Amino acid sequence: MSSNDTLILGTRKGTMILRRNGGGWNVAQHSHHGIPIPYAFLDRRTGRLWASQNHGHWSQKLVYSTDMGENWTEIEAPKYPEGSEIKDGLPATTGLLWVISPGADDQPSRLYFGTEPGGLFETNDGGETFELNMGLWDQPSRKDQWFGGGLDHPAIHSVWVDPRDSRRVLVGISCAGVYESLDDGATWAPQNKGLKADFLPDPDAEVGHDPHFLMACAGQPDKLWQQNHCGIFRTVDGARTWTKVSEEGGPAHFGFAVSVDPVDGDVAWVVPAISDEIRMAVNGALCVSRTEDGGKTWKAQRKGLPQENCYDVTFRHALDQCGDTLAFGTTTGNVFVSDDRGDSWTTLGHNFPPVYSVRFVPSS
Amino acid sequence: MAHVRFTSALNRYFPKLEDAHFEASSVAELIRVVDLKHPGLADYIVDERGALRKHVNVFIGDRLVTDRVKLMDEIDSDSRVCIFQALSGG
Repeated sequence: MSSNDTLILGTRKGTMILRRNGGGWNVAQHSHHGIPIPYAFLDRRTGRLWASQNHGHWSQKLVYSTDMGENWTEIEAPKYPEGSEIKDGLPATTGLLWVISPGADDQPSRLYFGTEPGGLFETNDGGETFELNMGLWDQPSRKDQWFGGGLDHPAIHSVWVDPRDSRRVLVGISCAGVYESLDDGATWAPQNKGLKADFLPDPDAEVGHDPHFLMACAGQPDKLWQQNHCGIFRTVDGARTWTKVSEEGGPAHFGFAVSVDPVDGDVAWVVPAISDEIRMAVNGALCVSRTEDGGKTWKAQRKGLPQENCYDVTFRHALDQCGDTLAFGTTTGNVFVSDDRGDSWTTLGHNFPPVYSVRFVPSS
Repeated sequence: MAHVRFTSALNRYFPKLEDAHFEASSVAELIRVVDLKHPGLADYIVDERGALRKHVNVFIGDRLVTDRVKLMDEIDSDSRVCIFQALSGG
């Protein structure tokens, strides 16, 4: 079975494993019934399936499985150290385990955890122990210039490790922007030049931006993309400068998710919504917009997607790609797959729970 | 010893959990004692600062505890303590 035959869904009602079954797909496994799962993915380095849990009552928990969801083990989730403060006088506690991201291949036991209220945790022993990254937590801008967007407090949703140099790490923070470390997380600096934050008094401010998701091209790591609150932005110089590449007069502008082709950094997909104020599919019709020229032009891909009475929004972790196959899930419980780079789509189901994350099993 | 009732919702994660008597003089101490018998249970009830989680309620008799941050409400050997879930989510 190849990698594009298995999908891992984090949903509002549990973790699901979807597999191809002949010409269609079926739910092969459903775990954590009724528990919101902000993020679930398989770490190809270890074969561990990880899921963060956001219990309504019991807060944030962390579980993993070594047998693709047949059995799960709960381990203690990352905790903020004694004395940690979001703002002066406001204690920090783990509010959301928003994303789990593997370290580089030369760090087989490292995982990063992006959390609300803005802390980046890492483990170097596969989850036995966690450390809050103090370089980022003590970054001078954090207490005064970071703030919540959607969530009550700032939160990290994207972590990217440079495949050429694992000491270089970028994170995406809502709301603060993109921060970069060149020294394995010891120090961090904002990399937001060129972004425009129209919700700030100074749209060109160094800090306070709202990237919704940050992703690099695996094969051309200096080409990164972000679906931002204020449009789609791209960099070709490793985040030194960002350029807005939203579609003039077309749907590709506001949204949450972006996926970048792993080979060609000029190719990317987004799932457009109307706007900040109106978070719904554009004109009641769902599309995935693809660019093949670095965002100069966009093509709305609609074949197989609902084109009327549609209100779906796709969250930041709910779009993924594996070769020519793409998949995404929506807030209204639709899941779609394309095997031709988005030209046409097949519906896997209309009645899933709200979908928070969609991830293919990565190739090992 | 205080008699402690737990919401049945916790049995999903702690199958051996059942109502029991515990020796403690405050809610904070009670949570620590309960966690000794059921390791990890405190993490479901309080956060890493020891404050009651937002959607968890603790009653002493019929009264909600007043100190949700440090859990210093006193309990005695006659107390009947309930650790319940508040209403949350959808």
